[in-house]
Amino acid sequence: MKPVYINSVASISAQRTFDNSVFLDDIIAYTDNVIRVVDPNYKEFIPPAAARRMAKGIKMGVTASKIALQEAGLENVDAIITGTGLGCIADSEKFVSSIIDDNEEYLTPTSFIQSTHNTVAGQIALGIGCKGYNFTYVHSSISFESALLDAKLQLENEEAQNILVGGVDELADHHIKIHKLVNHIKVDVVNSKGLLESGTEGAVFGEGASFFMLSNEKRENTYAEVLDVTTYNSLSEQELPNTLRSFLQENNLEIADVDIVVMGNNGDVNYDKYYDTLSHELLKNTSQTYYKHLCGEFNTASSFGTWMAAKMIKTQHVPKAIKLRGVQPSEIRTVLLYNQYRGENHSLVLLRRC
Amino acid sequence: MGKGVAITGMGIISAIGNDVQENYSSLIESKKGISRISKINTVHRDALMVGEIDFTNKELEQFLGLDANHNYSRSALLGAFAAKQAISNANITNTNSYKTGLVSATTVGGMDKTEQYYYEYFENKEVQKYIEGHHAGDSTQKIAEQLGIHGSLVTTISTACSSAANAILFGARLLKAGKLDRVIVGGTDGLSKFTLNGFKTLMIQSDTYNTPFDENRKGLNLGEAAAFLVLESDDVVLNEGKDVLAYVKGWGNANDAFHQTASSDHGDGATLAMQKALKVAGLESNEIDYINAHGTATPNNDLSEGRAFLRVFRDKVPDFSSTKAYTGHTLAAAGGIEAVFSVLALQNNVIFPNLNFKNPMKEFHLKPQTELKKKKLHTVLSNSLGFGGNCSTLIFSKEA
Repeated sequence: MKPVYINSVASISAQRTFDNSVFLDDIIAYTDNVIRVVDPNYKEFIPPAAARRMAKGIKMGVTASKIALQEAGLENVDAIITGTGLGCIADSEKFVSSIIDDNEEYLTPTSFIQSTHNTVAGQIALGIGCKGYNFTYVHSSISFESALLDAKLQLENEEAQNILVGGVDELADHHIKIHKLVNHIKVDVVNSKGLLESGTEGAVFGEGASFFMLSNEKRENTYAEVLDVTTYNSLSEQELPNTLRSFLQENNLEIADVDIVVMGNNGDVNYDKYYDTLSHELLKNTSQTYYKHLCGEFNTASSFGTWMAAKMIKTQHVPKAIKLRGVQPSEIRTVLLYNQYRGENHSLVLLRRC
Repeated sequence: MGKGVAITGMGIISAIGNDVQENYSSLIESKKGISRISKINTVHRDALMVGEIDFTNKELEQFLGLDANHNYSRSALLGAFAAKQAISNANITNTNSYKTGLVSATTVGGMDKTEQYYYEYFENKEVQKYIEGHHAGDSTQKIAEQLGIHGSLVTTISTACSSAANAILFGARLLKAGKLDRVIVGGTDGLSKFTLNGFKTLMIQSDTYNTPFDENRKGLNLGEAAAFLVLESDDVVLNEGKDVLAYVKGWGNANDAFHQTASSDHGDGATLAMQKALKVAGLESNEIDYINAHGTATPNNDLSEGRAFLRVFRDKVPDFSSTKAYTGHTLAAAGGIEAVFSVLALQNNVIFPNLNFKNPMKEFHLKPQTELKKKKLHTVLSNSLGFGGNCSTLIFSKEA
């Protein structure tokens, strides 16, 4: 089995992350319950005529994929695998509301076409003329991890050499409004810095796209090795510590081998206890970081976490804004990521310096 | 290449039957499931024909024993119904006795509820429970719960009309890689106003019975369905003394990279997908005994797929037929129900007729099999081609 490497990264998020030369040096603090991405200049990546027709998710996904391709020095890839919880949901909403408002008359196909979950992966393929394997996973908070696992299996077995993997989700009006109704979005605005101390239910919703070039060939600019990816449809808080222990064991690691843990806390008082369990017990001596105060919560937010972990390993630096507990280790060698959403769809990912 | 992946159970619900046996009977008796829309309140009722499942949501709820507070979409109900059949067909009583996962596929997810309560959400607290059920992964989470799968790999694929074929493909790779011992794979899609209207805007829906590969084809009929297969590792098959129904022998996915919704005229993606699958299966093109075509009966698909047949098989295109005239195009479920049909063809040594075909297309002389044909079958190739240029091929075989 060949090892699998992250050879380039790209992230469009609520922070200025699209510029790979910096790493969360200047943080944008928000006081809100919904936060949107800082747009790069899409015109640099997509012809304006095409961009005008594109859904936000497509624009973010295509641009992030181009940054990742550029950094890896590649023009094409063997496969494109994306994860998205909701696809281009603004177009889904547009089409549904037109169906209702106009009683199924006068509809046009654009928003229907873009609402298809695999539109971003399809558009990336179309853009670079990639006739290879093209998959889209749509399973809530493990959408991105499913894509990562798929790519890892193919690269290990040498079915492919370079695979573009990404997570992308966009915000949309109706989506926001109905999630406010059921308190999945916090009722009150919170300041980013105080997210984990909000003590209220729900999350601050966000959006974004993070893409990676995965390869079974190590390069000079390689960020990290992807050691393992595992997902769990359900887990109780009680089961989590043992699940984590056996996950590490399967990789011949112990808790003490983990230099940094990247956790998906989103400040939801009902579900952050999963993280707290680890934070105060099993991982209490491990350096802990978090990120959803920077990018918001969305189904593929963990792709931002993965971007952050890869950057930490490459730069051997932990930006101040993401520190949660513990002191920075002398070397950042092994990074563990843990994420879940509303108590379901948990994921454990291991990255290692190489 | 290596051995195939064992299929040890199947479950299905479609417009031509509520279980495997009923579907098989309809297939050999040429019984179509295409009719006018009865369960969706749409202005297009008289302009479209669809493949609708007989069961109402109420009946499915009762079968699954759900209480009044449930928030299952139709896709979740159909999926759970079919997946439970598959498990029982594979004689599995405890899903956690082996490392068991679930890979499902859907395109509409909980859209039926979203379109029903889109504005009512703001006025009626009682329907707000469906908000959580909108996303595509929700139906899969519910199916996993119904099957008792806990703490395991459960995921969803959505690649338009090739979704379930891709779920089978990924499941097969997970078993081969030793990530799981057993995986339930397939797809589910209920009918919705969203898809009925969406395909209407693309002007590729027929107002009458769909006629795959016919010169005068007018487009597709949408359908609803769910189908799941149980795939098990060689070790499980051996330890449990399992009967193997057939094997997933080859798989391939490729992208047409031509247009967001249309296939290329020359079927580049479909050609590549079939070639990849043959390679994985270690088979030559002349070793395919029957093709269950995607054959949606849209002008574009059938031309593109037919040309791809000619590129892969040249002057020796095997017997082929599309079963879309029976079931309609069931979108994310299509690759799943056609996998069940492919296994049934292998088990019974029979090729199902391509209904409603009259005249060959002017671009080539390909003629689908139009009568039920008894023939010793060893291998069946099944295509699923979708939006985003997504093309998938699965090869099923009798022997490993």
